[in-house]
Amino acid sequence: MGQRERTLVSPVGGVFRGRAVVMDAEDVRRATWRIAHEILEHNRGAANLVLVGLQTGGVWIASALAEVVRAVSATDVPVGALDVAYYRDDIGLRPVLPVAATEIPVDLGGAVVVLCDDVLFTGRTVRAALNALSDLGRPAVVQLAVMVDRGHRELPIRPDYVGKNLPTRRLEMVDVSPEGVVLGDIVGPESEAI
Amino acid sequence: MTPRHLLSVADLGLEGIDEVLRLADTFVEVGRRPIPRVPALRGKTVVSVFFEDSTRTRLSFEAAAKRLSADVMTFTGSSSSLNKGESLRDTVLTLEAMGVDAFVVRHSCAGVPAQVAGWLEGARAAGGAGGSGASVVNAGDGAHEHPTQALLDCFTISRERERRFGHSPARPAVLSGLRIAIVGDIRHSRVARSNVIAFSTLGATVTLVAPPTLLPPSLSGWPVEVSQDIDAVVAKSDVVYLLRLQSERMNEQFLPSLREYTATFGLTGERARLLGPSALVMHPGPVRRGIEIAAEVADSPISVITAQVANGVAVRMAVLYLLLGSGAPVGA
Repeated sequence: MGQRERTLVSPVGGVFRGRAVVMDAEDVRRATWRIAHEILEHNRGAANLVLVGLQTGGVWIASALAEVVRAVSATDVPVGALDVAYYRDDIGLRPVLPVAATEIPVDLGGAVVVLCDDVLFTGRTVRAALNALSDLGRPAVVQLAVMVDRGHRELPIRPDYVGKNLPTRRLEMVDVSPEGVVLGDIVGPESEAI
Repeated sequence: MTPRHLLSVADLGLEGIDEVLRLADTFVEVGRRPIPRVPALRGKTVVSVFFEDSTRTRLSFEAAAKRLSADVMTFTGSSSSLNKGESLRDTVLTLEAMGVDAFVVRHSCAGVPAQVAGWLEGARAAGGAGGSGASVVNAGDGAHEHPTQALLDCFTISRERERRFGHSPARPAVLSGLRIAIVGDIRHSRVARSNVIAFSTLGATVTLVAPPTLLPPSLSGWPVEVSQDIDAVVAKSDVVYLLRLQSERMNEQFLPSLREYTATFGLTGERARLLGPSALVMHPGPVRRGIEIAAEVADSPISVITAQVANGVAVRMAVLYLLLGSGAPVGA
């Protein structure tokens, strides 16, 4: 059982201590392949497709999906990165700072946008992302792909593509990376603030 | 320092300046969007309190606040109850009672923004009516400081050098190793004071070039070199920063004549040819063409004067967001 420990970036803070490996690197790779195929199946190909990763956890997922799409359909799909800090509904309640600039390489008007993120939890980040997207253009369709759906939704938002449904307790933490998915807890001085 | 206010660029320190510059990058991107506005400061109210003429600074702050979705109110000293005998303190507390979250203050007297911040802190400590803990941003006070101008200048130098010459800066001291000349009316310039602090904090070497009459009475403690030989300084500077001759603050004879000033200290077209291939020319505005800088130089590609103005909005968005929105402590 892999014990991973690392310092988390804002907005959460504290130290993540892994308890159980839920998916290994191979599982993540397989899930990425399946999601990419589902995206192509659902949208009948890659026409007008734009993959937008949410900063920062979703960005590598968008790139990984684009790689599979390229391998399968020989299409170069534009990949963007979206930082939703300025659209969050908890500004002023806790430190909210963007981690990186938004970068959308193409006009989103009429595009089939697939938002990509690592973990779907309360749905508030996705709500913020939808508002941000509407300031950047008017996509024809917006879909949502996540590596892990951990439940505890606070808004009427559901994913279109899921790597793994993972029942969790509210105070647990899920760490997603290309090396795998680890369930654990946050320990440290700031853990009470969540 | 109090993270609640931005009174001096020294309040921020190296890390704080770096934080503002990195945030400004994200707001430059916002400015390029079809809808250049984010909802980050919805429900917040920013009032610009200007007791001195200003075009770009006031409009730049107001554009910044609006692009963050804050509500904006404008207060100008000349058309206010101050003319009926109300004190500045009562005016400020009255505005705060209306629910203001940030005061952007410009005044011809040094220290007024700090004084306003003090009154607001006092009201907060006392509780009762008002006392909501509004922030104060110094938008220029006398010959003291103009911190957001310094921040946008640092941002412009670092990002323009990166864009034009591919010099990606080592963070956080993004001006490391640069030689920056500040030329002109240092004595009356709050921009010079803030920029000397900011440039040297970020690692640059600053040289002041001015006639002795336009230097401050004392430069002790300033991390600068001083020269009267503009040709020699220009030839080895990475940035030449020109200041406006502030004739409105000159109540005695500082110069024999404007023509002599231009000949000795102006960036003429001929002098500009001494500049190195990767040098930048800057000016905080308003520009007096033909006096401190020749029109042909101000309009040439080496001038980044319009980039300074454009970056001003993004940098002020970063400052307002840090003070009002982020919930994060600013600076050290």
